[in-house]
Amino acid sequence: MRPRPLRQLALFTGLAVLVCAQEKPLAITGAQIIPIAGDPIAHGVLLVQHGRILAVGSADTVKIPAGADVLDATGRVLMPGLIDSHSHIGSGSGGDGSNPIQPDARVLDSLDVRDASIQKARAGGITAVNVMPGSGHLISGQTLYLKLREARTIDDLLIKLPDGSNAGGLKMANGTNSIKAAPFPGTRAKSAALVREEYIKAQEYRDKIRRANGDPEKMPPRDLALEELVEVLDGKRIVQNHTHRHDDILTVLRLSKEFGFKVVLHHVSEGWKVADEIAAAHVACSVIIIDSPGGKLETRDADWRTPAILEKAGVLVGFHTDDPICDSRRFLRTPALAVRAGMTRKGALEGVTIANAKIIGLENRIGSLEPGKDADFILLSGDPLSVYTHVEQTWVEGRKVFDLSRPQDHLYAAGGVGAGDSRRAQLCCFTSAWDLIAAANGASQ
Amino acid sequence: MKNPSRLPLLAALLAAACSVRAENLAVTGDTVYTMAGAPLKNGVVLIHDGKIEAAGSAAAVKIPAGYRVLHAAVVTPGLIDAHATVGLSGLLNQPQDQDMLEKSSPMQPDLRAIDAYNAKDELVTWVRSFGVTTVNTGHAPAALISGQTMIAKTFGRTADEDVINPAAMTSVTLGRNGLANDGSPGSAAKSPGTRSKAVAMLREELIKAQEYAKKREGKDEAKRPGRDLRYETLLRALDGTQPLLVTVNRQQDIISALRLAREFRLKIVLDGCADAQLVLAEIKASGFPVIIHPTMQRSYEDMENLSVETAGKLHAAGIPIALQSSYEGYVPKTRVVLLEAAVAAANGLGFEPALASITIDAAQMLGIAGRVGSLEKGKDADLALYDGDPFEYTSHCVGTLIEGQVFADGPR
Repeated sequence: MRPRPLRQLALFTGLAVLVCAQEKPLAITGAQIIPIAGDPIAHGVLLVQHGRILAVGSADTVKIPAGADVLDATGRVLMPGLIDSHSHIGSGSGGDGSNPIQPDARVLDSLDVRDASIQKARAGGITAVNVMPGSGHLISGQTLYLKLREARTIDDLLIKLPDGSNAGGLKMANGTNSIKAAPFPGTRAKSAALVREEYIKAQEYRDKIRRANGDPEKMPPRDLALEELVEVLDGKRIVQNHTHRHDDILTVLRLSKEFGFKVVLHHVSEGWKVADEIAAAHVACSVIIIDSPGGKLETRDADWRTPAILEKAGVLVGFHTDDPICDSRRFLRTPALAVRAGMTRKGALEGVTIANAKIIGLENRIGSLEPGKDADFILLSGDPLSVYTHVEQTWVEGRKVFDLSRPQDHLYAAGGVGAGDSRRAQLCCFTSAWDLIAAANGASQ
Repeated sequence: MKNPSRLPLLAALLAAACSVRAENLAVTGDTVYTMAGAPLKNGVVLIHDGKIEAAGSAAAVKIPAGYRVLHAAVVTPGLIDAHATVGLSGLLNQPQDQDMLEKSSPMQPDLRAIDAYNAKDELVTWVRSFGVTTVNTGHAPAALISGQTMIAKTFGRTADEDVINPAAMTSVTLGRNGLANDGSPGSAAKSPGTRSKAVAMLREELIKAQEYAKKREGKDEAKRPGRDLRYETLLRALDGTQPLLVTVNRQQDIISALRLAREFRLKIVLDGCADAQLVLAEIKASGFPVIIHPTMQRSYEDMENLSVETAGKLHAAGIPIALQSSYEGYVPKTRVVLLEAAVAAANGLGFEPALASITIDAAQMLGIAGRVGSLEKGKDADLALYDGDPFEYTSHCVGTLIEGQVFADGPR
C-alpha cells in the first residue's frame, strides 16, 4: 500500500505546479497605494503573479500584461498586509507549570488553525504574525512566524526558511509575570540568575558540539532545550522578550549583551524612561497601546507617547496586538493612537509593516510592496488611520483570504452568533492572556 | 495654623479657586454639538457661575465684555459614561485599590458606591482627559447582586462633593459572571453555581423584601422587624426609585431578566446584552433601555456573540441605548467611553446617535437630563473640546469643562 499515497502526492504536487504555472498575472488598479517603500502613489497599479509582486507603481509606469486579470480598486487604499509581532491567536500554548525555563516547548504543537481568532486576524488585515506562548515563564517556548494563508492544518501557515526550518523566535519574559511560587523565581535578581545559568549551559553545550567537530562519538547527548538556546546564541532565532518596567528593560539589554543574542523588547510600558539606552543598544521595540494605564503595577506608568519617544530616540518601533489583549480586527487603531500621541504617520505605518518584518527577521520577504516580495496586501475603504475605515480585502501570497462583502467574512469582522470561539477551553493554558482576563474578571471566583 | 502670615495667602488662593468656578467663559467652536437641535456652525456657549447662560450661533449669541474665550474645532456636551467602575476599580489593580467586588456573599445590595468611590484615582482623571464629565460608577457586574452605583462628576475632589446621585442603581448580574462557582457538583459549597439557582436566589430575596415591607408597616410596632439595609435597597428597586441595572449577555439571561421584571413589576435597565440581536423584539417590547456592552469588549464566554454592530441595530429598532466603559479586571483597567462610541459610530450606529449615546441619551437613561447631557440654557456647564472629529483615532480632547471649571488634562 505504500506506493499509492506517494503516487497521489506526486499527482497532487504536479497539479499544484500546473495550477501555479497557469495562474495569470493579477493587476490591482486605481487604488491609492501606500507601498511603505517610497511615497504613496495616487492611482497606482500593483501587479502580482505566483504569489509574488511583479511590479508596483503609477498607472503610467506599470505595464499590465495582456491577459492579466484586473481588479479595479478605485477609491480604495492599498497597502502591505499588516504584520503583528506579538499575538496569541489560535489558542496556542507553551511551557507548563513544571519549570520556569522551557525552550523546548513549541507553540507549533498546540495551535488550532480553525480557531475563530485566526479568521478575525485576517479580517483585521493581518497577513503575517508572530504567535507566541504566554509570558508566565522566563522562557516559555518557541514562537512561530506565520502567514495567514487559507489553512487546514498548521503546516499551511508555516514560513519555511532556506534551511527548511520553520521561522520563529524564542519567547522570554521578565518582571512580575514569571515571578511566582517555586520552582519559579521569587525575585527579579533570581530571574536573571536562572536565565544566565541556562545560557551558560547552552554555551558549554555548543562548545562540546564544536569540539566534537562532527564526530558522533564525541557529540553530547541531544538536549532539545539547549539546542534551541544554541540557535539563539548563533543568531538563528530572535529572542522576543516581554518586559515592562524600565529596570527590567535594562536587564534584558544586559543579558543580551552578555550572551550576544539578538533581542526585541515587547510591550516596553516604561520604554519612554530609557529610550536612549534602548537606542544605544540598537535593540528594536514592539509596543502595545492599551486604552488606559495600569491594570498591574508594572504598567502604571505606561504612556501613549512611548512610540513617539522611542521613534525620536532612533529606535526601530513595531506594534503588536497581544491578541486577545487588543483585538486583531482593530490592529490599525494602535498606530493611529501612536500618531495621536506624537509619532510620525510614516513611523506608525512602518510599525505595522516593515518595522515588524525586521523585528521577525523577514524584511526581505514581507513588510513593503516591492518587486520580488510576497504579494501580501490589503484593500482599505479609506485612510488606514481613520476609525471610519474598514478592511475590505486581505490577500496573502496573491490569494484573497478575507473579503468583507462575503457574509461569513463580515460575520468575523463585526462579530455575532457564529463568530465566537465556543471550542476554547474556559481556562486553557498556563498563564495565557485569556487566563489572566478570565480570572481577573471574576468568572468562577 | 502655625504661621498666621500665611492666612492672607491662603485666602487669596481660595478666592482664586472660587473665581475659577465663577469665571465667565465663552466657548466657541467651529462646530458645536448641543444635542438639542442641529449642530451649530460657529457656535458659542456662554458660561456664567458654572451654568450655561446661552448656546447658539455666533450671529445669535454675542459674547459680553469680560468673558474669557476658549476655542476648539469641535465642542460637545461633557461625555457621560452610563456604566463604569472607575473610582472603585483603581488603576493599580492591587488589593488596596480594588473595591468594586466584595466576595463574602453573592447578594449585597446594601453596599453603597459612595462609601468606596475614590474621586482621586488616576483613572478618573484619565477618563476626564478624554472629555468624560459624568460617570455612573460602582460595584462591578461580577456577582449576583454586587452592590449599588452612584452618579458623580469627574472633578476629582471627594465622593461627597462630586456625587450627583449617591444611589443611582443596584447592580445585578445573571449568567456566568453572576455565578459564585463553576456549577460543577463538587464545587457546590458556594451558590449560585447555576443560572437556575441564581434566579431562584434573586426571586427569594425580592419576595423577602416585599414581606419585610409588609411587616414594617404592621400595626403592632413591637412586632415590626428592625431596619435591614439590604431589603431597603431592594424595595427602592421594587418601587422604581433605584432601578436594577441587570447585566445579561446570553439571550436566555436577557429573557430571564425580562421574566423577572414582569414577575415583580420592576423597572430595570438592561446592561451588556451581547446577544441582543437574537431577542431584539423582546427587548423592544419590554420598553427597557439598554446600556450596551463596550463596543470593543472581548468576545468570550457569555460575550462570545457580541458584535460591534449591535449598538447600531438596537438604535435602528428604536430601543434607547447608552454606551459604557463597563468593568475590566485586567487591562485596560478602564475603557474610555469616547473610544467605544467611536467604534460604534463607524460600525452602523452613525455619528450623531453615537454621540447621543454618551451625552443626552445617557443622561435621560440615568435620570439626570435636567442637569447634563446637552448644551442648553440653565444646564451645568459641562463641555468637551476637541481639535477635530471627536471619534477620530488621531483627534485630541483639548479641554474638559465641569460646571465651568476648566481642566487642561490633555491634549489627549
